[in-house]
Amino acid sequence: MAVLTEEQEMLRDMARDWASNESPVTEFRKVRASGDPKAYDEGAYGKMADMGWTGVIVPEEHGGSDFGWLSAGLVVEELGKTLTASPLVATTVAASAIILGGSDEQKAKYLPRLASGEMVATLAVDEGPRHAPETIETSVSGGKLSGTKAFVHEAHGADLFVVAAKDGLYLVEKGEGVSLSTRKMTDQRSHAEVTFEGAGADKLEGGGDGLLEDVLDRARILTAAEMLGMAQAVFDTTLDYLKQRVQFNQVLATFQALQHRMADLFGDLAMMRSAVEGGLQALDSGFGVARAASIAKAEANRVLHTMSREGIQLHGGIGMTDEYDVGFYLKRARILENAWGSTSYLRDRFARIGGY
Amino acid sequence: MATQAEIDTQSEEAAFREEVKQFLAENFPPELKGKSNALASVEGPTNENDAQAKWRKAMGSRGWGTPTWPKEYGGGGLSRKQARILNEEMAKVGAFNPIGGMGVMMFGPTLLEYGSEEQKKEHIPPICRGEIRWCQGYSEPNAGSDLANLQTMAEDKGDHYLVNGQKTWTSGGQWADKCFCLVRTDRSDKHKGISFLLIDMDTPGVEVRPIQMISGMSPFCETFFTDVKVPKENLVGEEGQGWTIGKRLLQHERTNLSGGGAMARLMGASMSDIAKKHLEVGEDGELADKVMRDRIADFEIRWNSFLLTARRATEESKAAGGVSDIASVLKKLGTKLGQERAEMLIEIMGYQALGWEGEGFSDAELAGTRGWLFGKATTIYGGSTEIQNNIIAKRVLGMLDHQ
Repeated sequence: MAVLTEEQEMLRDMARDWASNESPVTEFRKVRASGDPKAYDEGAYGKMADMGWTGVIVPEEHGGSDFGWLSAGLVVEELGKTLTASPLVATTVAASAIILGGSDEQKAKYLPRLASGEMVATLAVDEGPRHAPETIETSVSGGKLSGTKAFVHEAHGADLFVVAAKDGLYLVEKGEGVSLSTRKMTDQRSHAEVTFEGAGADKLEGGGDGLLEDVLDRARILTAAEMLGMAQAVFDTTLDYLKQRVQFNQVLATFQALQHRMADLFGDLAMMRSAVEGGLQALDSGFGVARAASIAKAEANRVLHTMSREGIQLHGGIGMTDEYDVGFYLKRARILENAWGSTSYLRDRFARIGGY
Repeated sequence: MATQAEIDTQSEEAAFREEVKQFLAENFPPELKGKSNALASVEGPTNENDAQAKWRKAMGSRGWGTPTWPKEYGGGGLSRKQARILNEEMAKVGAFNPIGGMGVMMFGPTLLEYGSEEQKKEHIPPICRGEIRWCQGYSEPNAGSDLANLQTMAEDKGDHYLVNGQKTWTSGGQWADKCFCLVRTDRSDKHKGISFLLIDMDTPGVEVRPIQMISGMSPFCETFFTDVKVPKENLVGEEGQGWTIGKRLLQHERTNLSGGGAMARLMGASMSDIAKKHLEVGEDGELADKVMRDRIADFEIRWNSFLLTARRATEESKAAGGVSDIASVLKKLGTKLGQERAEMLIEIMGYQALGWEGEGFSDAELAGTRGWLFGKATTIYGGSTEIQNNIIAKRVLGMLDHQ
């Protein structure tokens, strides 16, 4: 864990207490059972907003606390541990697009509502099942945006879409010209194909040519923070299980073969934490963001992939049951591994940034 | 607006920086710029030239080779901030720390913690001046990973101990002046029967035989003790406390062996830079072999995560105070990655990376071959990877032994 300021420690402890007491995995089970296409508890999201979590990266003049990305990551990590379903990551990343590329008017119009939790937003970039921001077909003509976005996270609850078109990023509000087709996915969260047909669109003119990549890097790093929480939770749960399960008249944790596998996972988890915190700190310093984002998400993908598989294997048969939580992490893990760049995509990007 | 206290601190720092600059201008021999010193390593005998000797003495007289150690024992007595300023200024002129080795990395910090006042006064100052080489008498033929099984016996003879037995893997034993040793003072208790003893290597009855390694180098020795008389005052701590003291020393060792910074310097150029020199590069500047390119990126991403982890561990232990059990994680990860890199470089460079000596190979290529082979020791010495896994599982994760 990075060395934190007193405010950051308070924020993290508050998030940890709330997640473990008010939002354990049983809350996710309730959301899943409800069948609500939004796939999150609006009351719980309102409480997150009351605690200031929806405005952590938003400047104070627009209703946020401006605590920075490491702080945002700490909250998201804690929520990732208990699989708390919410559009917090999506909204935070969408807000960052407005902070980076919005006019004063756009900032004043949207940021206070995003920071207060009154409005939910999400990013709509990819048009196929794999991350490919360089092949966007969505276009804008006469202020009207048309195109189809595949697998948009948190689409059902979104009031505002930050949409990637051929010539830049646009803000599109839910309403006329925007239609959703639900995609039920393994993680039971909100995903949809979103079709825009002549929807009213407001361009983000600032932020320069790299705006889309800058926003995607924020999405990569904050997603990696959620994955870090998930990996930590799988590790902790598995370790607890090995310490209490008895086979051959021995507690499983006493077997060296299992001890060494846990030591390997512990090393991997340490690397993942460093990579994710390195990404968040790069965002706060503004230095080396693209490279740090590639490292953070690539490591998050690699380690959570291994952790989610080993979590099931080390639990044995009960790990395969719906009654045990560990399978939920596997199903959410693959969704997030595919979000904003698979492992091979990120390695390619890292190599290109490194000039080889 | 800075407070008066902040202004005072800033001007003190500026004054110290000036002092360092002036010291370097007067004392660092320009011909040593960008070089390092055999004294700081265990891989070669002391064959200092005049410039190296002058530089070592200058740094030693200030205690700046061990900058944060207490001044009363010959250390620099500097704050961490001042030590950082010293490093920064040395880096600017291409200077290096000429004082190192096991005395600095492992033995000194341990003796400062557990030694008597007399022992500290006797042994720490020569370490700070870079005058004395220490070696480590831990492993034995039947006590490697099971270190506590050691059998070298130190018999209490009233005014001295009589030491008999054999140590092995004594790094730099043939060049060392003194040895910090784990010996058995009681056969009835595996762990509590161990004591920490300091032995002069020129005492009658001490014999060393270098061991030739697969790399062709002989950095390790077998050390034999036959009726070696060791004065009682050379016992560190209490009789039977050796296991506790010895383990503490190993934490310092692991921290140094994993050492992100040191490892990074040792590794030199990035793997991608080396690959671009040896492999086909397309018009777009990308490596033509896409499989190799993907594997190199995978390695470099993990290598960066490791460096970030080493940095994070340093910051965290600084905030918490002292070395931590994370040292085992760093040792395990760093050594494995180092070996992986060496093996991948052979794939990238082909036969050119497998020269043994003579024509057709550059010095760097030949050093690479030896480094690849010697690097196999890194996951064995200082506690093998398997031992680190045991430590992580039991001490850090609380996974217990069979009941």
